[in-house]
Amino acid sequence: MKKKLLFCLVLLFSAVMLFAGGSSEADSTVVKIGVFEPASGDNGAGGKQETLGIQYANYLTPTVMVGDTEYTVELVVADNESSNDRAATAAATLVNADVSVALGSYGSGVSIAGSDTFRIAGVPIVGITCTNPQVTEGNTHYFRICYLDPFQGTVLANYAYDTLGARKVYCLAKLGDDYSGGLVNYFIERFTSLGGEVVSETFPDGNSDFTSYIANAKNSGCEVFFSPVSTEAAQLIINQAQSQGLGMPILAGDTWDSNVILQAAKGTDVDVTVTTFYPEGADPEFDEGFKSWVNSDSARLSNNGGDDTVAAVTAMGFDAYYFVLQAIQNAASIDPADVMEALWGTEIDGVTGHIALEQVNGDAIRNTVYVKHANTETGGWDALPAVVVD
Amino acid sequence: MADFLHQNLSYFLSGISVGGQYALIAIGYTMVYGILRLINFAHGDVFMCAGLIMVYLSSSLPFAVSVPLVLIFTVLLGFIIERVAYRPLRSAPRMSVMISAIGVSYLLQNAALYFTGGLAKVYPALPWLSDSVVIWGATTRVVTIVTPFLTAALVVLLTLLIKHTKIGMAMRAVSRDFETSQLMGIRINRVISITFMIGSLLAAVASLLYFTNYASVTPTSGSMPGLKAFVAAVFGGIGSIPGAVIGAFIIGICENIIKGGSSIFGIPGSGWTTFSDAFTFAFLIIILIVKPTGLFGEKAVDKV
Amino acid sequence: MDRAKRNHLIRIFIAIAVVYLAILVLEFTLRPTNILFTVLRKGAIYSLVAVSMNLLNGFTGLFSLGQAGFMLLGAYTYAIFTMPVSVKESERVYKYYECIVGFDTGAFIGLIAAGLVAAFFAFLIGLPVLRLKSDYLAIATLGFAEILRAIFQWDVLGPLTNGANLLREYKDLTRITLPFTDIPFPPTLFVFIVVGICILLIVLLINSSYGRAFKAIRDDETAAEAMGINLFRHKELSFVISSFFAGVSGALLAAFQYTVQAQQFKSMMTYEILLIVVIGGIGSISGSCIASFLYIALSEWWLRGLDMGRFLGIDAPDLFRSGFRRLVFSVIIMIIVLFFSKGIMGDKELSFERMKGFVKGIGRKKGVSK
Repeated sequence: MKKKLLFCLVLLFSAVMLFAGGSSEADSTVVKIGVFEPASGDNGAGGKQETLGIQYANYLTPTVMVGDTEYTVELVVADNESSNDRAATAAATLVNADVSVALGSYGSGVSIAGSDTFRIAGVPIVGITCTNPQVTEGNTHYFRICYLDPFQGTVLANYAYDTLGARKVYCLAKLGDDYSGGLVNYFIERFTSLGGEVVSETFPDGNSDFTSYIANAKNSGCEVFFSPVSTEAAQLIINQAQSQGLGMPILAGDTWDSNVILQAAKGTDVDVTVTTFYPEGADPEFDEGFKSWVNSDSARLSNNGGDDTVAAVTAMGFDAYYFVLQAIQNAASIDPADVMEALWGTEIDGVTGHIALEQVNGDAIRNTVYVKHANTETGGWDALPAVVVD
Repeated sequence: MADFLHQNLSYFLSGISVGGQYALIAIGYTMVYGILRLINFAHGDVFMCAGLIMVYLSSSLPFAVSVPLVLIFTVLLGFIIERVAYRPLRSAPRMSVMISAIGVSYLLQNAALYFTGGLAKVYPALPWLSDSVVIWGATTRVVTIVTPFLTAALVVLLTLLIKHTKIGMAMRAVSRDFETSQLMGIRINRVISITFMIGSLLAAVASLLYFTNYASVTPTSGSMPGLKAFVAAVFGGIGSIPGAVIGAFIIGICENIIKGGSSIFGIPGSGWTTFSDAFTFAFLIIILIVKPTGLFGEKAVDKV
Repeated sequence: MDRAKRNHLIRIFIAIAVVYLAILVLEFTLRPTNILFTVLRKGAIYSLVAVSMNLLNGFTGLFSLGQAGFMLLGAYTYAIFTMPVSVKESERVYKYYECIVGFDTGAFIGLIAAGLVAAFFAFLIGLPVLRLKSDYLAIATLGFAEILRAIFQWDVLGPLTNGANLLREYKDLTRITLPFTDIPFPPTLFVFIVVGICILLIVLLINSSYGRAFKAIRDDETAAEAMGINLFRHKELSFVISSFFAGVSGALLAAFQYTVQAQQFKSMMTYEILLIVVIGGIGSISGSCIASFLYIALSEWWLRGLDMGRFLGIDAPDLFRSGFRRLVFSVIIMIIVLFFSKGIMGDKELSFERMKGFVKGIGRKKGVSK
């Protein structure tokens, strides 16, 4: 009897859901932009901040002119859960929602994993802060508005060698993570070519005990601790570096430019330096506007990590939105294929600088890396001189 | 030898402290298995929930109130899980109960995912416990030193409870022979509830210690420590409390030695750390094959 | 062969043909990115692995939790075998390593190889672990799956496995072509054909004398041994065959996903498959298949709205936020586990007679309530 009941319930439910899934209203003057970002998992904090930048831009400019008609922009958000195997599903959700173009993702691994779904559907996607070269390499649908890891890795290695004067560096990456693995690899390439020495290790997924890695760094006589990992691990590393007395500067890439790091480092004696896309204060108008927008809503504030710090990824998300809006305008069409065509030639002046793409992989032409140092007393960032490479 | 110890003291300290925390979790596994023959897959997640409860409580309450409340709520959680998910299946095949345990684990993780929004929660720094101390040249936290002693004290208390109280005697009877003890007038359900409550209490204590050291709680924070504690329980001979404790310390120490492998043994390469988790399982399998009942386990006889 | 049995077979054959035809029609009418295809493909792949797990847990009574590990073996074998040499030599996938595999094969050989590699490892793993009993076997197989995952992430094996990094650009579903041509094989149909053949083989095995021996071992090991069944040999056989098909399903999963990485094959994946087996009914092949399609449809499609702020026409962005889908989903699973512990099918199989009886049963119930 019970079994029959279950079977009936299942049948009924399936029927209901089939109809519920099928219904969706189409509005002729709406253009959909997909937001392919993590809202949970390792990179959830950064993904949320990047999404906030997009949402803020959408709040300021909710419409776009396509030819002569004004279209309303609708953001379709899908959570890729920072997980490579969920990325394809999230991408499929966006493609099925008929987005004209997608933005994202924070984190290179999910971008690579979701890429093929967009490729097959013919939907262009613009990477915002995924810095691994493999994201755009060898394809025509993935674009990117940030600099790449070979560039960032080189800058970091130079910084460690020249500015910090280190000759031996401890590198820590997460196992199977394209972002940290890639960045560490480029760092090592450059650092060893400068004549330095490295000790490189990885930690497995789900690890929260970094004390032994910190002990390894100390015991092997390293002078700098380089760990461009996710903010979730970063928080633990800073915390344990403090309690274990790491005693050397920590160097990291763009992911660490987050208030999670500031909150963890505040009141400690940990020395954290990061490279990033945008220093707070570079565009006061944007900063103030964003701050008041974030402060006006508690949900936004909690998505931004509980305070109104302007993360670089937020500024990048903001620029990415205007970048695709410009592309849609240039294409004078909301058809994904036309937008893809138009993206190659799109240029804007954003808050993070001028954005134009090179014509091989569709990567942004960028030559500036900003450097920040965590102020452990005020809990804010101190800007260090930016590095410009010609 | 002393030189070697001195040089690598921080690895051993980390190992002993994490071992003590695994031990407290492992006791929960081993007691439940001893009585119900159930691998309580949800136990690691109860541990994680205790961490989350602390995060939420301490944001509005002082530690003097929130710490006891965490213990109470976790015990309650353990009680509810047993009541809702395991008791109705008492007469069902063992596999159903184990699957129910997997379901509870899945549920707890997903509930945590939903309520935390999928982000890591920063665990509050407990006064005194999270202070740094320097021991023989190695910097560490007070909690690292406290953990093994606290673990030992709790194990002694627990052993006394089992040996000398009425409920302890009932537990021993139930784990020896479930049906007969029922016939003898032992209120089985009460004994089982209390077992779960003790297990959860120890998991809550473990979570206080563990998250003070590694101050971030995510929905999956419990799964690795849970799995390792479970391996420790099997290693020591499932059902045996001293076995679980010894197993946990061995696993905790070995894990940290492996992580420090390149430095301790002077053999470079990042391969070492890849295997810090896998080692636990390799160890388990070797034990299972060589001595299937673990270090102190009793041999089970097939009844025909 | 008697008449009734022949009629029965013909009817089954027709039913299956209709399903395949329907898929072919869908494939040419719907957009290729339609979510329905995701559900059908992933559902079919999970059916295969659930059935392979059922062969062990439901039919042989071996409580093994190593399925994810064997899927990992299959997925990697398939990806490494079918990745074109030009890709292997380029820097696109093997970025930090020089790939040492100097050949590539078609999808078909890739699938077989995936199964064989998984079966070979199962044979080796089975030698020690199959001597263990119930829970201990479960833990040991779970442990082996975790060890396999670590080995595949080991950087020393990088030239083979690309370390812990993603593998891609192998023959995924969109790159599989009809034999000897360049015409793309309809992807969903391909999955269904492979899964169909595999499940058919498992059904034939279960109905053979080996299958009867497996069931005897499940029901009573001691009695089966007394009857002259070689326990270890049969357990090993069941384990190896089950792993072979888990490997094939891993290969299909790799082909379905476009990318594959060792990280995803965690113990959670095995638990998921186990839940599917339980929901479908331990010991029922059709149950496993039905349950996996339902499971995938629920998690990937029907409940999606719970994550995206809008469900069944109700807008509640604060309640329906990221993660709510999985919460609801796990509650549904708990309800099934607690109140319908026999699952959808129990240990019975789906058949026309039962369906007829079922429909009649509903009719009667309605009649009574009126």
